[in-house]
Amino acid sequence: MEQDWIWGLVGGLMIGLGAAIYLLVNGRIMGASGILGGLVDGSGRDSTSERFAFLAGLVAIPPLLVPLYQVVDTKVTSNIAVLVIAGLLVGVGTRIANGCTSGHGVCGISRFSLRGITATVFYLIGGGLALIVGRHLLGVI
Amino acid sequence: MRNFFAFLSGGLFGAGLLVAGMVDTRKVQGWLDVFGEWDPTLAFVLAGAVGVMMIAWAFAKRRAQTLIGLPMPEAPPKLVDRNLVLGSLMFGVGWGLAGLCPGPALGSLSFGGWQGWLFVLAMGMGMAIAPMFKEQLARLDTAPEDG
Repeated sequence: MEQDWIWGLVGGLMIGLGAAIYLLVNGRIMGASGILGGLVDGSGRDSTSERFAFLAGLVAIPPLLVPLYQVVDTKVTSNIAVLVIAGLLVGVGTRIANGCTSGHGVCGISRFSLRGITATVFYLIGGGLALIVGRHLLGVI
Repeated sequence: MRNFFAFLSGGLFGAGLLVAGMVDTRKVQGWLDVFGEWDPTLAFVLAGAVGVMMIAWAFAKRRAQTLIGLPMPEAPPKLVDRNLVLGSLMFGVGWGLAGLCPGPALGSLSFGGWQGWLFVLAMGMGMAIAPMFKEQLARLDTAPEDG
């Protein structure tokens, strides 16, 4: 448990490096919801292959590292209603707000963007409320 | 070239999420659960990633083009509007409920079980219907006041 923060920092540096490459080489903001969302709603038609390439790396590389760990368990809920409602909220919310943890969080905060910082404050509030209601009041998560 | 670096970027992003433990939904919910057994790991992840990106932005500012000659991204809009706040709140609630945001949800698809696929499917559907929501929100702005 006390090592968690070290690996958190190491992983964070890797995430930052990925975002830095996407910015300094590709000239784009690394936002997972924007990259996928642009494919889903067709707004990213001018950069389809670049988006697919990014998503391919994101999906295909982590499993190569999984054997280094004894167990990789996402410990995600099996409650179908929670999964569907949460997925819909994340999908609609990130597209209305134009970004998620990577775009607004990592890429926005680091350039001192008021929008990025504001978004981060409000999704943290939303997440905190979800835990209060979903875990402590209703006990469904 | 462009696609290779996009693949590399996505790979580093996914690998970093795995190394950081951010594919573990309990750790994410542990960070958000200020009234439970609070888990600070996510703060270290964000600090590491933001730290690297601060350097990258400083470098980007001094260049007109990227390292392979592509245009740098335009300056973002400064406006904090209702969509940003409302959308972020919705996203946050979904993030807290499942412990997944878009990056880790995609990064853990290959080993996250059917639950991860169901979440991503619902998220994709949400993204597909989001333009409709945006239209409705825009209509609120232009609707005549009834008084």
